[in-house]
Amino acid sequence: MKLLESPAVKVGLSISIATGLYGISFGALASASGFNFWQTMAFSLLMFSGGSQFAFIGVVAGGGSGIAAMTAAALLGLRNGIYGMQMNALLRPGGWLKYPQAHITIDESTATASGQSDPDEQRRGFWTAGVGIFVLWNIFTAVGALAGDALGDPKQWGLDGAAVAAFLGLLWPRLKGREPWAIAAAAALATIIAVPFVPAGVPILVAAVVAGAIGWFSHGRSDEGMEPDVDPYPHERSRADQADQDSKERNAE
Amino acid sequence: MNLWPWILIACGLAYLTKLSGYFVPAKLLRSPRMMRVAGTMTIGLLASLTVVNAVASGQSLAFDARLGALVAGAIALWLRAPFLVVVIVGSAAAACLRLLGWR
Repeated sequence: MKLLESPAVKVGLSISIATGLYGISFGALASASGFNFWQTMAFSLLMFSGGSQFAFIGVVAGGGSGIAAMTAAALLGLRNGIYGMQMNALLRPGGWLKYPQAHITIDESTATASGQSDPDEQRRGFWTAGVGIFVLWNIFTAVGALAGDALGDPKQWGLDGAAVAAFLGLLWPRLKGREPWAIAAAAALATIIAVPFVPAGVPILVAAVVAGAIGWFSHGRSDEGMEPDVDPYPHERSRADQADQDSKERNAE
Repeated sequence: MNLWPWILIACGLAYLTKLSGYFVPAKLLRSPRMMRVAGTMTIGLLASLTVVNAVASGQSLAFDARLGALVAGAIALWLRAPFLVVVIVGSAAAACLRLLGWR
């Protein structure tokens, strides 16, 4: 079979382009937040996890310390550890392959692999999305960083508003149902209450503890909040939701 | 403030977190509680980062053009705009409000 005829490769490529493109917003925001070109590239090359990267620069942009930024980024990366466990069980990489595979274990590669049922397709999907996003994300981070440097005053261009929208955009796909909304509201409230009392950056960690405690003590879906930023299978998912809805309606009748 | 050390430590932690998933016994995967905490914490952190970037200014709260970006971003997301469009809409909203004189 030709590689491009594989459904998993096609999905992996399209998700690579959609996700890779928004590396441009990360690059521009990082440079607007005062990070130099190579610091910005270090995030995309070495950290390579969109949420954590935005979190680090978001904390620093708000006047937070390096240690608060590092902690927020590390906590936001915890879900990648869970993805690692899932991908290890699903793809069973042997020997040295685990090391490069771990680096590209992110929301989108995990979701692309999980959406396939054939083991070979799962593997193709994971690697296409993972490597594709890595390459494009880094290219567009560089473009964004250079463009950001050339822009001048970031506030004049509303780049602080871009950061607000970016975080909301990362949060949005995870708000499916009443419970995630309640968690988000509790975290937002905890943040607002904490802002006047603790140093900048720390309110984010307070909110993380509040949200973590809710997860620890309540009993809801175990995969709450584990959705990719860009959904590789939006049509199938909405069809599945529709089918779910239909069966509920039938049951109600 | 030199941020290089914190950047590099954060990058190291990010990789070690991913890698650790490949070396823990599969039994841990069956711990729904750990999975839930990782998920709810993700929601909490992103919600908090949204709020901090929208209304925090150091240790005080400020209601300025960034609030307009929050509303505009939410409308764009509600209309199912892709991520990059949402970011551009947020930036344009803040820039326009500033042009109109709302800091």
